[in-house]
Amino acid sequence: MAEKKKKKKKIVKTIKIDVDKCNGCRACEVICSAFHASPRYSSDNPGRARIRVIREPLSDIYIPVFAGEYTPAECAGRDKYTIDGKEYGECAFCRASCPSRDYFKEPDSGLPLKCDRCESDPSLTEPLCVQWCLADALTYEEREEEVEEEEALDEVDVGLEALADKHGWQKIVDAIARLSKES
Amino acid sequence: MRYAETGFNLEIDLTRGSIERVPTDPRHTELHLGGLGTNAKLFWDRVPPETEPFSEDNLLIFGTGILTGTPAPGCNRTILSTLSPQTRLFAFSMMGGFWGPELKHAGYDKLIVRGKSPELVYLWIRDDKVEIRDASHCRGLGTLETAEVIRQELNEPHAQVSSIGMAGENRVYYASIEQGRSSASRQGLGAVMGDKNLKAIAVRGSKDINIARPEKFIELCTEALKFIRERNEKPIPGVMPILAGLGSPQEMAIHDEKWHTENFAWGNARTRRKGFWTDEIQKLWTNTMENMRTRLLSCHNCPMKCGAAISVDTRLCSYMMKCFSKLTYTMGAFSDLEFGLRIAQKATEHGVDAFTAPQTMAFAIELYEAGILTDKDVEGWPEDNEGRFYWLLDRIVRREGIGDILANGTHWAAKEIGKGAEEYAHNNIKKHEQLPLKLGMLNPIYFLMYSTGEKINITQIEGNFPQAPFPTREQREEFCKDWIQVPNEKLKEYFLNWELRGENSIPHYPTIEATCDIVEWQEMMHYIDDATGMCAGLSSFPLKPPFHIHNLPTLISAGTGLDLDEASLTHLTKRNRNMVRANNLRRGMTRKDEKPPADHWKKRFPELEEELMDKYYEFKGWNREGIPTRETLHELDLDYVYKDFVERGILKEEDESVQSREASSEGSTS
Repeated sequence: MAEKKKKKKKIVKTIKIDVDKCNGCRACEVICSAFHASPRYSSDNPGRARIRVIREPLSDIYIPVFAGEYTPAECAGRDKYTIDGKEYGECAFCRASCPSRDYFKEPDSGLPLKCDRCESDPSLTEPLCVQWCLADALTYEEREEEVEEEEALDEVDVGLEALADKHGWQKIVDAIARLSKES
Repeated sequence: MRYAETGFNLEIDLTRGSIERVPTDPRHTELHLGGLGTNAKLFWDRVPPETEPFSEDNLLIFGTGILTGTPAPGCNRTILSTLSPQTRLFAFSMMGGFWGPELKHAGYDKLIVRGKSPELVYLWIRDDKVEIRDASHCRGLGTLETAEVIRQELNEPHAQVSSIGMAGENRVYYASIEQGRSSASRQGLGAVMGDKNLKAIAVRGSKDINIARPEKFIELCTEALKFIRERNEKPIPGVMPILAGLGSPQEMAIHDEKWHTENFAWGNARTRRKGFWTDEIQKLWTNTMENMRTRLLSCHNCPMKCGAAISVDTRLCSYMMKCFSKLTYTMGAFSDLEFGLRIAQKATEHGVDAFTAPQTMAFAIELYEAGILTDKDVEGWPEDNEGRFYWLLDRIVRREGIGDILANGTHWAAKEIGKGAEEYAHNNIKKHEQLPLKLGMLNPIYFLMYSTGEKINITQIEGNFPQAPFPTREQREEFCKDWIQVPNEKLKEYFLNWELRGENSIPHYPTIEATCDIVEWQEMMHYIDDATGMCAGLSSFPLKPPFHIHNLPTLISAGTGLDLDEASLTHLTKRNRNMVRANNLRRGMTRKDEKPPADHWKKRFPELEEELMDKYYEFKGWNREGIPTRETLHELDLDYVYKDFVERGILKEEDESVQSREASSEGSTS
């Protein structure tokens, strides 16, 4: 079976985070929140940022963390890391928008926030947090990767499969045909 | 909607325990912008000149700049204003760090504290929720210790905390207010906070700061960042390394201290040590810094790294340091860098100013050596300088024994000690200790800046114009090629013609007229920054900064929605300058007070100095006594200041002839 899988090229967008270079200025938070304001740049508020610098100045901990998935419940068990003699808090590297902390949530509505790499049209050369990080703690890299097609199920695929499990494929196909005609 | 500012001040009366959120007058923003400008206006309106620094009526204002907390790089400053117990004048000390933006995100442009709490308290500001809380368990704790205790008990690890240490609690005249990465150190604001029984202010904010013309504003910010990136790659040739780049002098990053250690004076600002900086010392001090400095640090939304985390114990960051405090204790005690970095940790926790504290301790040692202080005064102190510094620091912050006298700074201590001690309090301007710098030939630019700078701190008035001439014309021409920051071409001419020796050298060149222009420009840039909350390190302090008179009006306008151009921003800045001065004149400051330390230069020129003062005052629109004239005040919409001056007898009521002159001058300037 495996030899029949097709290989497909995919652009992987990576923000490299060098915590040793972070000088804790929070410019990334400021510009992120400004970019995502509506109208764009009309306000700033680190509370709305999709990147936060986890800062513990007296422990010399500065970790820029990007907002990831929403989770409705906090972890049951949590872990602490010690790296080079520095003890990192239980949530230090976690990207989740989670009830355990007030990061990555709209301050007024509590709705979860997620980093979208500054998606816009036309697209930016680099996410703004990277552009505003003159310390180069954040750098941007795009690389091509070959991936096996089957594994590249995107969100729509996952959703459709779930629907098909429930209603059967025929009903889904009919619904799609009907809806796309209407639109 | 209000832009860049919130339009509200938070008013706390600690006597009554009242908390009010008060809308501000937009007209005050138009006239004074924010920060120091609106602080000075508030002070004029609300603090009569009879007010004592340690009284319920004295206000302690934490004023954010108008652009503080916006995306403009480096706009993170809080300008603190109160009456200084040491100078007894209107004080304005500033801090960067993270506290100011947090206050603005909580929805306030200023925090205004009046009254005195009966018990030691701290404030907890969480957006609209504001509490006055018991701080008795923090009594005697260090500044950083206090911040940690408060964050933990509130369970708010991200709250920004400004606090005082034991020095502030005990009203040491040079107590600072510390917020971790930054501090407001000069002129004893911490003592006023302590007098109000206010140990700390914790803030957490989650509101938006709005921008009037967003696309334009971000475009200017992006341009500035690009400029900074390029400028950081291109240090200015021909000036000492700490002044070649942007930011504060890069004391935390640069190891070469030849210039400071050999040109600044050691001990009680007395001793120059030529040839001190040997290879051996360089190796030793570099090693010390590399071992004790764990990270270079920035303030809120600023790409410069002027601060550093310093480790003096098992912690990776025992405290955070910046700028010249690196050397003040070292040089005051004739010691080495490791001593300086270690004692600065204790001093930061106690919360004292890193200029005045070491100077005062060195002064005490000198008095002892001269026999003015006796064994009885300093009973039990160690034999070595380092030991004596620790011993003195401990007694000063507790106001114990001789420490109680020294806690008032060299001027007041000398008066109290008597027996000729006044001779030893030699490095003050307006009763406030200065950089330990003693030079040969009078420099007219610095003479005027030292004499008239109302911050009473040279770094808050000097800046954009090179501190010394460049040796060759080619070098000067090269420097002028991309010198876009000058307000006009005249400034370039002054610099091009300024020579190290001969006719066009100090003290007679720059000419008096040129000197006035140079001082005016440099001071103006600081007053703009003090209103916007922009750090001087990206604007008024370094050579060739990203922000200057040609782009700041557009930036401020795009942020606030006001329509400012170079002329109107200059005019507004002049208004703020005169407002600050008016507060001090009303408190009795006179021309007699406006002079550098007598021994700042060996070669003095009394006649030239008089003429410089006369011409500069005239240039500023002040009379011979340094008081803004009716005409000046009228042009600046400060007629009410004139009226007050007349009522108090500071100015004589002017007659018709003056009014007609005023009318004709208005005609010629329009």
